[in-house]
Amino acid sequence: MHEFTYVAPSSVEEIVQFLAQHREKARPFCGGTDILVQMRSGVRRPSYLLDVKTAPETRLFEFDPAKGLRIGAAVPCADVSADPAVRRYYPGLAEAANLIGSVQIRNRASLGGNLANASPAADTVPALIALGAKAVLRSVQGQREVPVEGFVTAPGRTILNADEVITEFVIPPPQRGGADAYLRFVPRNEMDIAVAGVGVFVKMEGQRCVEARIVLGAVGPTQIVASEAMAYLRGRTLNEGVVSHAAELAAQAASPIDDVRGTREFRRHLVAVLTRRSLLAAAKRAQANQS
Amino acid sequence: MGSHTTESSFRVIGTRPIRHDGVEKVTGRAKYGADYYVAGMLHGKVLRSPHAHARIKSIDFSRALALPGVKAVVTGKDLPEGENKTVPLGEMTVNPRYLGQNILARDKVLYYGHAVAAVAAISPHIAEQALELIEVDYEVLPPVLSVEQAMAEGAPILHPDLRNEELGDVPTNVAKHVVLTRGDVEAGFREAHFIVEREFRTSMVHQGYIEPHNALAIYNADGKATIYCSTQGPFEVRGMSAAVLGLPVGSIKVVPAEIGGGFGGKTTVYLEPLALLLAMKTGQPVKMVMTRSEVLRATGPTSGSLIRVKMGCTKEGKITAAKIWMAYEAGAFPGSPVGAATMTVLAPYAIPNVQIDGYDVVVNKPKTAAYRAPGATNAAFAAETVIDELAELCGIDPLDIRILNGAREGTPHPAGPPYRRIGFIETCEAIKASEHYRSNLEGPNRGRGVASGFWFNAGMQSAAVVNIHLDGTASVVTGSPDIGGTRAACAMIAAEVLGLNVEDVRPVVTDTDSIGHTDVTGGSRVTFATGMAVFRAAEDALAQLKERAAKLWECKVEEVEFRDGKFYCKTNNATPLSVSELAKRLPRLGGPVTGRATVNARGVGPSFATCCIDVEVDPETGRVQILRCTVAQDAGRAIHPAYVEGQMQGGTAQGIGWALNEEYIYDSDGHLMNSTLLDYRMPTCPDLPMIETIIVEVPNPGHPLGVRGVGEVSIVPPPAAIANAVYRAVGVRMTELPMSPARLWKAIAQKESTRSGLGRAQHG
Ligand SMILES: Cc1cc2nc3c(=O)[nH]c(=O)nc-3n(C[C@H](O)[C@H](O)[C@H](O)COP(=O)(O)OP(=O)(O)OC[C@H]3O[C@@H](n4cnc5c(N)ncnc54)[C@H](O)[C@@H]3O)c2cc1C
Repeated sequence: MHEFTYVAPSSVEEIVQFLAQHREKARPFCGGTDILVQMRSGVRRPSYLLDVKTAPETRLFEFDPAKGLRIGAAVPCADVSADPAVRRYYPGLAEAANLIGSVQIRNRASLGGNLANASPAADTVPALIALGAKAVLRSVQGQREVPVEGFVTAPGRTILNADEVITEFVIPPPQRGGADAYLRFVPRNEMDIAVAGVGVFVKMEGQRCVEARIVLGAVGPTQIVASEAMAYLRGRTLNEGVVSHAAELAAQAASPIDDVRGTREFRRHLVAVLTRRSLLAAAKRAQANQS
Repeated sequence: MGSHTTESSFRVIGTRPIRHDGVEKVTGRAKYGADYYVAGMLHGKVLRSPHAHARIKSIDFSRALALPGVKAVVTGKDLPEGENKTVPLGEMTVNPRYLGQNILARDKVLYYGHAVAAVAAISPHIAEQALELIEVDYEVLPPVLSVEQAMAEGAPILHPDLRNEELGDVPTNVAKHVVLTRGDVEAGFREAHFIVEREFRTSMVHQGYIEPHNALAIYNADGKATIYCSTQGPFEVRGMSAAVLGLPVGSIKVVPAEIGGGFGGKTTVYLEPLALLLAMKTGQPVKMVMTRSEVLRATGPTSGSLIRVKMGCTKEGKITAAKIWMAYEAGAFPGSPVGAATMTVLAPYAIPNVQIDGYDVVVNKPKTAAYRAPGATNAAFAAETVIDELAELCGIDPLDIRILNGAREGTPHPAGPPYRRIGFIETCEAIKASEHYRSNLEGPNRGRGVASGFWFNAGMQSAAVVNIHLDGTASVVTGSPDIGGTRAACAMIAAEVLGLNVEDVRPVVTDTDSIGHTDVTGGSRVTFATGMAVFRAAEDALAQLKERAAKLWECKVEEVEFRDGKFYCKTNNATPLSVSELAKRLPRLGGPVTGRATVNARGVGPSFATCCIDVEVDPETGRVQILRCTVAQDAGRAIHPAYVEGQMQGGTAQGIGWALNEEYIYDSDGHLMNSTLLDYRMPTCPDLPMIETIIVEVPNPGHPLGVRGVGEVSIVPPPAAIANAVYRAVGVRMTELPMSPARLWKAIAQKESTRSGLGRAQHG
């Protein structure tokens, strides 16, 4: 690994000042569970590693039933998945955060890092998109709030400018009759990267689905929003047949590749299996949330 | 055999004391290879081939050498060419030319990751930077990536000088063809009522030791060298490094560090001669440590294989004939374990008519190294699946077909003399009687499978010294690196013989100058052979102590008796003395007592294991979850039962990994695509159930304590047991390892589609 300088800023202001000055030469990092691995293998060679988690604003964690959830970009996944409000109101996000790596990895890995690393297989990203989450970005120019959907533009690429840092995520308040779920497929029980992942959100009125969001991971260059499947579900009763058809539509929306983790054919098939299973899980939760 | 070896009188053997090396390991104080630092130490790094097969046209390292901080660069030209013949090394053999070419490529690179050059610099960063400045001009050649490709007519040839006896003077990729025959297979098949014939494939898999290879070499101006490294065989490191570098064996001392796993993969050399070569060139100590990716690309693995099995049996399940064809990937240089595969594949059974053909085939992949029961697991996957199918055809219990055909005392071993007393049948009976096997397995997509395995175990040379200290404690010194709890076993054997508390015996693993030649920690031989040396060395110490007591008591040595930890005089009524009481008097009774013994151990007792595994398959994803697993293994005598169980569990865990997810994945150019532990998927704790163990003890008549080796055989049955369980769960016979989700899903989907296809045909 090449030599680099570690910087521990004490505020977001310091981070953005440093980034404005050093731009691409400096990389913000949090858990280091992606970037340190990439630096060791020589893929990335930043001169400065800027530790976002030493800035207290990035560790914020607030839930308000009326306003929703705010999670600092540096909050470790272990805290996200253990949080009672997240488990109660956003169980799909808790599921996704709880799948990353192992206990040791989850104690370091952050939502900000998971998103900014821009891997098609990132587990929390489909869950965040399904929930309609937004990311708050800061630079010396100021602050902007952008949807997580569309944040990743290609593997390893995002809309983030070289002088910007993600400070927090804002997730809309829970809705009556609404619930999310996230499922992924991996060959092992932990320490694995999704061969396919599916995050869903559904809103139910009785047996009828009034809104559905389906987001696919690891089966395209970026997360894929399965709009046809979503449109098909709107207004329908979620029985086995309807859910299976939606799952087929989602599988068609996938554009997987062959690699060491899975074949195109297997991945497309997995999307259908996971979509069906996660829709059923979310629908069950949503029904319980109607009262 | 002394009186203290009858079962009832064991005091220490068979108990479960805390291991002597435990405290240092759990407190992080144990010193592993990468923990060594010496003044003025340089850091070495290796440049590796980006191609699977290429000719090296030229190497220009002038820019690397010019980088400030770089002290030396070496290439294959810096190594003597070495003789192209097998030379004995202890009980092993090596080909110095091939060994040297694997350490640093000479004219050709033969696999992705093959070492091409090495650099020594004042820091690891600079050494890495220097690698980027070395320019290698390659002529890329077509890679040979499977045994079929390698054996095909007109295949690209890896070694233009490689010949095999059968073909004569023709270039080939087949280094060896071994044949084992007995009886008349065709006649045997005519007697058969059922015949099953299948083809099996397995991929290369890695030993997966957590600690990467490392070496620190020091070369002094007087021509004497010291190497610190993580190894299973310090004497092999010494011999091989001397052979590769053309140095006298006695000029090298090897100090084995604490070892973070080996499983057979640390019985050869990679970095040790390189670090020494760089140390010789610079005059400074050189330390080298591999990355995980280097470990996976360029060390270990064991062979991938292609195996065809044809087996027939009577209606009652008596196997009448077996014909087996197997080709094993040796990797870039000859030397796959196919010989062992031919000898182990049917070893648990008495089969009258047998023909086995084995081929050792070079391919453009890393040179294979030993891996726990080398060759046996691939072979058992094939044979034990076919036996399961025969049992099904006959309608008999899969354990019963094994018992019916099982080898016993007097059964001729496929490759040698009749077995002495063995415990194969007992392992089957133990599983049959287990609560696990008798329990019901309920629920959809669940199945139970069994399989068995054999391993020879090894004897070979060991030396041991037992020092009696003046306070009555003792140390046991051996040259066998401890990879499985053997320090505890050695201390227990000495404590048993000397009537000491096991805590008062300190086991020490020492360097190559401080003990007699001791062969590698491998072949499950340490508790057997080194244990035998320790047993005799302790007896030697005891005999000397008796002489001292006789001197004290002014009686004849025959009149001194040792019983229950005390010396008695049979002829006068002198007060009996314990070892510690006698030890205190040693300075005035002729000085210290040191017992010693060396063995070239005979009387090896083979091990058998039988395993029962329950699985649940998700038919929609092809994912297999192991629900329950029980393994029964014949240990001969379990010196330390907890470490015997640990070996049984460890081997089973590796077998499960091999069965389900572990494999080397190559692209069509021969690049290894999964050289990280994220994508080379070994099982994690949540992937394994608590592995239940049943130790069977059928004492080995060839050992004073009845010991057989226990370190290897448990890896052999799991892949076949899982394949058989998967068959019972979802009705498909898996003939390729690993049975990864994508493969199993496809097999299930194919079965479903042929079934529905058949259904349509019937309707139409
Ligand atoms: C063994 C192992 C297992 C893993 N398993 C999984 C898994 O199951 N699922 C999964 O999705 N991932 C997995 N990962 C990947 C990784 O853990 C996750 O992507 C994690 O969420 C990254 O977070 P981090 O804080 O460690 O990121 P870092 O490594 O600190 O950063 C990652 C990237 O994001 C950028 N970045 C970080 N924080 C910010 C910020 N606040 N603003 C702007 N840019 C930022 C960095 O510059 C860098 O490019 C695994 C990794 C390992 C090593």
